[in-house]
Amino acid sequence: MPAVLEFEKSLVELEDKVRQLREYSRSQGVDVSHGIGLLEDRIAETQTQLFANLTPWQRVQLARHPDRPYPKDYFQRLLTDFLELHGDRRFADDQAIIGGFAKFDGEPVMVIGSQKGRNLKENVRSNFGCANPEGYRKALRLMQLADKAKLPILSFVDTPGAYPGIGGEERHVAEAIAVNLREMFKFQVPMIIVVVGEGGSGGALGIGVGNRVLIMENAYYSVITPEGCAAILWRDASATPQAAEALKLTSADLLRLKLVDEIVPEPAGGAHREFDRAAELLGQAIRRNLQELRALSPAEWVAQRYEKFRRMGVFSEPEGIRP
Amino acid sequence: MSLFKKRAQYTIITPPAKKEIPAGLWLKCKGCATVIYKSKLEENLQVCPHCEFHYPLTAAERIRLLSDEASFVEMDANLTSVDALAFAGTGIYPQKLAESTAKTGMTDAIVTGTAALDGRAMALGVMDFRFLGASMGSVVGEKVTRLTERATQERLPLVIATASGGARMYEGMLSLMQMAKTSAALAVHQDAGLPYIVIMTHPTTAGVMASYATLGDLLISEPGALIGFAGPRVIKQTTQSALPPNFQTAEFVLAKGLLDRVVPRSQLRRELSLYLQYLAQAK
Ligand SMILES: [Zn+2]
Repeated sequence: MPAVLEFEKSLVELEDKVRQLREYSRSQGVDVSHGIGLLEDRIAETQTQLFANLTPWQRVQLARHPDRPYPKDYFQRLLTDFLELHGDRRFADDQAIIGGFAKFDGEPVMVIGSQKGRNLKENVRSNFGCANPEGYRKALRLMQLADKAKLPILSFVDTPGAYPGIGGEERHVAEAIAVNLREMFKFQVPMIIVVVGEGGSGGALGIGVGNRVLIMENAYYSVITPEGCAAILWRDASATPQAAEALKLTSADLLRLKLVDEIVPEPAGGAHREFDRAAELLGQAIRRNLQELRALSPAEWVAQRYEKFRRMGVFSEPEGIRP
Repeated sequence: MSLFKKRAQYTIITPPAKKEIPAGLWLKCKGCATVIYKSKLEENLQVCPHCEFHYPLTAAERIRLLSDEASFVEMDANLTSVDALAFAGTGIYPQKLAESTAKTGMTDAIVTGTAALDGRAMALGVMDFRFLGASMGSVVGEKVTRLTERATQERLPLVIATASGGARMYEGMLSLMQMAKTSAALAVHQDAGLPYIVIMTHPTTAGVMASYATLGDLLISEPGALIGFAGPRVIKQTTQSALPPNFQTAEFVLAKGLLDRVVPRSQLRRELSLYLQYLAQAK
């Protein structure tokens, strides 16, 4: 049984009706194509309306939709010859971040991705996509290998955040993220980041520095969860939708703030409704960006990454407000 | 040595009964509950003479502690924060900024500049927790970045005294991206072969911790400082387990191998001078 979000209900109800009509038509041998046609028009209309007016909080819910494609689902559709490489060579193989060699359009790349599970068993393994220091250190090791092998790096981000655990603190998760941030500015290869679901703060940024940062239409990227922000600033969990609004965490907000380069469109109704189509759209965006980046030199990749993040921030100086 | 000697000294006063002490001249120590004169505390670099509890220093006090007299030349003092997100639309952020400025006389949570200690030049940044919990917004990120770039350009060692409650939530993702921006500048500084020293003060956490506070060649902390990425309450809630004793204190993280040294404030100036001396060939 697929999960249905509150605001998706009207849509799903209409779709159920179509299914029932089809069933009826088949079992009774009656032609109901006219009725189905009408209903399908209404579905399209409802969908358009619904998605044109989604609140930021609803988008967060879509980004966390349990049926949403995860990085691995895109790996399966966009990559061939994926060879997962394990471990940080120090402590563990953190399955919250996976990665390895792969081919995109037949060309070798290094791919990194957050990993969420579809069920409890998978989630125990991948810790619900919340990485420990080992995940970041494994990602660093793989990116360093990519740098050595001159392979472009593709990073697929979908994490609620780094795991806030005792062990993570004892093994210096902050340092693991910080070192990744610093080192990601040094690699002499093209780097493309795609936020495909949740962009959970520093835990996302820890694998999120690139020449291009793409975000899927219904993904979000935020400095803090709306729940966390509501608890701290409003001291009230019911203020979560307001916090989601205030944080400017949607793809459109982030594009406006020049913190992401491009929004990758999703199939009508969200990526979870059509995995293949979602992957196709994402593949097109990656392909185009990678082609553009391949035209640059190693020094240019490094300089471009620096310049891109160097400009981020808004403040006032006597001459006026920058940037 | 008394570094903060603006106030008159009350040397021979014997402590009178509590009710006779004029309010505002004394406080009950957070560490040992002893009643101590504020003047005494000030003479002792804001450290309790009885239990060594380290009270916070203002940025100005710490700059005086860590640099030669009158050597500090401030940079980018004119940068101020703006409500770029129109956060929640009610002007709360500008109001918070104004309150912090009124309270501290500072324009944001960090003061940066060039200075010298025992004649050795350095680029120095000092955060001040009183200003919005020393949260990192665009101004903090920009000032750290410019300071680091300046250090690279002039081939100076970089010294940053950190404190931070985390991200400047009112600046949303602009705030998060300062982690990347500051780290980018540090990548260049590092590749230039220049040394970077971090002095963590209470508390150093979250986004600052996961960027420039942990990228130093030397990671030093003051005693008793809270040092961590996630907040202890969040960790407790998420893991549903009891936290180890002294979890996330400077002493705890030192024992876990995450710091070079925990240094009492009375020794800090002398030790920083020594670090700069030992690292002097890296330039
Ligand atoms: Zn005391």
